[in-house]
Amino acid sequence: MRLSTDSPTDAPWLAFEKVTLRYDGVSAIDTLSLKIAGGCFLALVGESGSGKSTLLRLVNRLEVPQEGYVFINERDISGMDPIRLRRGIGYVFQNVGLFPHMTVAENIAIVPRIAGGEPVDVAAALQRVGLPPSFADRFPAMLSGGEQQRVGIARALAGGGKMLLMDEPFGALDPVTRDRLGRTCRALHDELGLTTILVTHDMAEALLLADRVVVLAQGQIVADATPRQMLCGGAGPEADALVRVPREQAARLAELAR
Amino acid sequence: MNEALAQLPPLVANHVLLSAAALGLALLIGLPLGIAASRRPALGTVALGAAGLVQTIPGLALLALFYPLLLAVSALVGGRIPALGFLPALLALTLYALLPILRNVVAGLRGIDPAVRQAADAIGMTAWQRLRLVEAPLAAPVAMAGIRTAAVWTIGAATLATTVGYPSLGNPIFAGLQTEAWTLVLAGCIAAALLAIVTDVLLGVIEHGIARRQRGRVIAALIAVVAGVALACAPLLATRARTVTVGAKNFSEQYILARLIGKRLEAAGYHVAYREGLGSAVAFRALSSGDIDVYVDYSGTLWTGAMARRDVKPRAAMLAEITRWMAAGPKTRLVGPLGFENAYALAMRPGAGIVSLADLAVRAPRLTLGADLEFLDRPEWRAIRDAYSLHFRATRAYSPTFMYRALASGQADVISAFSSDGRIAADHLVVLSDPREAMPHYDALLLVSPARAGDARFLAAISPLVNRIPVEAMRTANYMVDRDSGKASPEAAAAWLAAKIDAQ
Repeated sequence: MRLSTDSPTDAPWLAFEKVTLRYDGVSAIDTLSLKIAGGCFLALVGESGSGKSTLLRLVNRLEVPQEGYVFINERDISGMDPIRLRRGIGYVFQNVGLFPHMTVAENIAIVPRIAGGEPVDVAAALQRVGLPPSFADRFPAMLSGGEQQRVGIARALAGGGKMLLMDEPFGALDPVTRDRLGRTCRALHDELGLTTILVTHDMAEALLLADRVVVLAQGQIVADATPRQMLCGGAGPEADALVRVPREQAARLAELAR
Repeated sequence: MNEALAQLPPLVANHVLLSAAALGLALLIGLPLGIAASRRPALGTVALGAAGLVQTIPGLALLALFYPLLLAVSALVGGRIPALGFLPALLALTLYALLPILRNVVAGLRGIDPAVRQAADAIGMTAWQRLRLVEAPLAAPVAMAGIRTAAVWTIGAATLATTVGYPSLGNPIFAGLQTEAWTLVLAGCIAAALLAIVTDVLLGVIEHGIARRQRGRVIAALIAVVAGVALACAPLLATRARTVTVGAKNFSEQYILARLIGKRLEAAGYHVAYREGLGSAVAFRALSSGDIDVYVDYSGTLWTGAMARRDVKPRAAMLAEITRWMAAGPKTRLVGPLGFENAYALAMRPGAGIVSLADLAVRAPRLTLGADLEFLDRPEWRAIRDAYSLHFRATRAYSPTFMYRALASGQADVISAFSSDGRIAADHLVVLSDPREAMPHYDALLLVSPARAGDARFLAAISPLVNRIPVEAMRTANYMVDRDSGKASPEAAAAWLAAKIDAQ
């Protein structure tokens, strides 16, 4: 399997087909179908428990559906070796999950190391996420939350895969860091020609970063539109309700400044 | 003191070998079991519960339990699984070391942040890579602390291996306790403590090295541990050739006779090892199975114990029957009697007006019996108890040396004494006569294992002792070791006895 290619236009397609995943009889994902074009930056929005993280975990087989199929580049992933599949997909967590006993350089280099691939250029990987080369020998505990997540993103990209999955990556960060890191991610997406899925509960973040926003509720898609469509209304009542929150906040802020 | 120090190197070697083997085996079991237990909570509960239960059994009891267990297993497979010596000690110590290792491996693995484990999965680590690259290094400092605890416990508990016939630093401790040779006790204790401290320090360096990721220190300390074990075990290689083992039970006379026999065997060119502090039943079984080559037992002990006889016969008939029984059954050999008896007898302080067991029976309900550790479980006690209807106000068990102290201090009124004991004459004790002849004879007999039964060279080395030790000589030798001040070591008493025999 090759997820990585040199040309941005070759970024992988992703498709869910009537996927159902139940925990103890309760559906987390309910007969969901979704097609994501190569090179798309897609934001998955929804309340806690809506199934957005679960949907992400289905892509690299951290979860396996009871029904339906997941395709990458029109290949059914249930027939793929999960270990090789995961090595080709970058994954970023809210709680980062850096290996505390390894330096920053070791944390980044571990990805090609376990796959038996070429050693990675750590300095270049750090520069890509906006960190100086001097960070290479530090341990995760010596870094701030934002710096840790930058290393987490560098690690996710170190495998050279063209697909990046991010599960609330900025959830634990302060708003300033959060905004800056979001822009870094969008820039990397464009520069490297990735297919990116960002799970977030923050509609404003989704609207500002993504090409396409999908709203989940109870394991089903309740809205699916571009940010422009969402802001103009007509993406459905659930989307309207979510868009209304940042918009009203902005209006109230504007009111205060007057 | 020099004498005490001289016998330490081979004991240290055996002690280190046993401790290292037990710890190694415990690691071999504990590490995979701990990893499995950390992943399956049900298995973890069962494994930690079982290991915790083992830990509540006193060390000595755990060792003792393995003796009948291994005998049963050996009988089951019809093979020769040794029930004494290295194997039971190894198994008991391994079980003992398992809990701290298991507990800390599980704690170390369970303490890892779930996010770290999830990240390992998400970047595509195989289960083995996750264990090797992430879980093992993160759990290592906690696991190493458990290994360190296990090592120190094992080295301490290994002193108890002496009781199942494996030589360890417990030998001087137990022998010294029996003969009140405190320098021996101290030598054993200090040597065991030093071993434990050195091990603790080295493993501590490894533990801190792992925690601080100082690979060099870890490797250096590991090399020191391996080199230390190899160095300590070196004396074992030197004394491998033609070693014979002399057994001894747990009282002074046995220690002296073992040295007397050992010196003769050394003079004949054998390397001699000693297994001391064996219980009566254990000693004869050890002889039958070849774990020891030679020891001294008593006709009455064999008669009522191993032969399970209830009748009493005259001395000559008894010896003839024992000889026949040995040749027919356990294939061991009775070389001959040494010439004295060490019979069980009840003894009292003088002045009570009691001279026989018949007199005693009347007064017994107001008196306290002090017995040695095995007397109350022995058929001899049942024989005189039933023959004279003896019922005491209380009975207490002591190690032989403390039993005489108890009699002198009035804690006991009557004790189970031995006719060859030097303290009987020294303390002017009254030995109660046995008018109904309820007690069998206790001739000291020189016994050899099946392998030595036809070994002419071996027999020639020890048979000059037959019928050459009168009871007075034995009492004197015993008293040299047992008396409170100016006491001699068993070696010195044996040398005195050897000179006495040669002078005859």
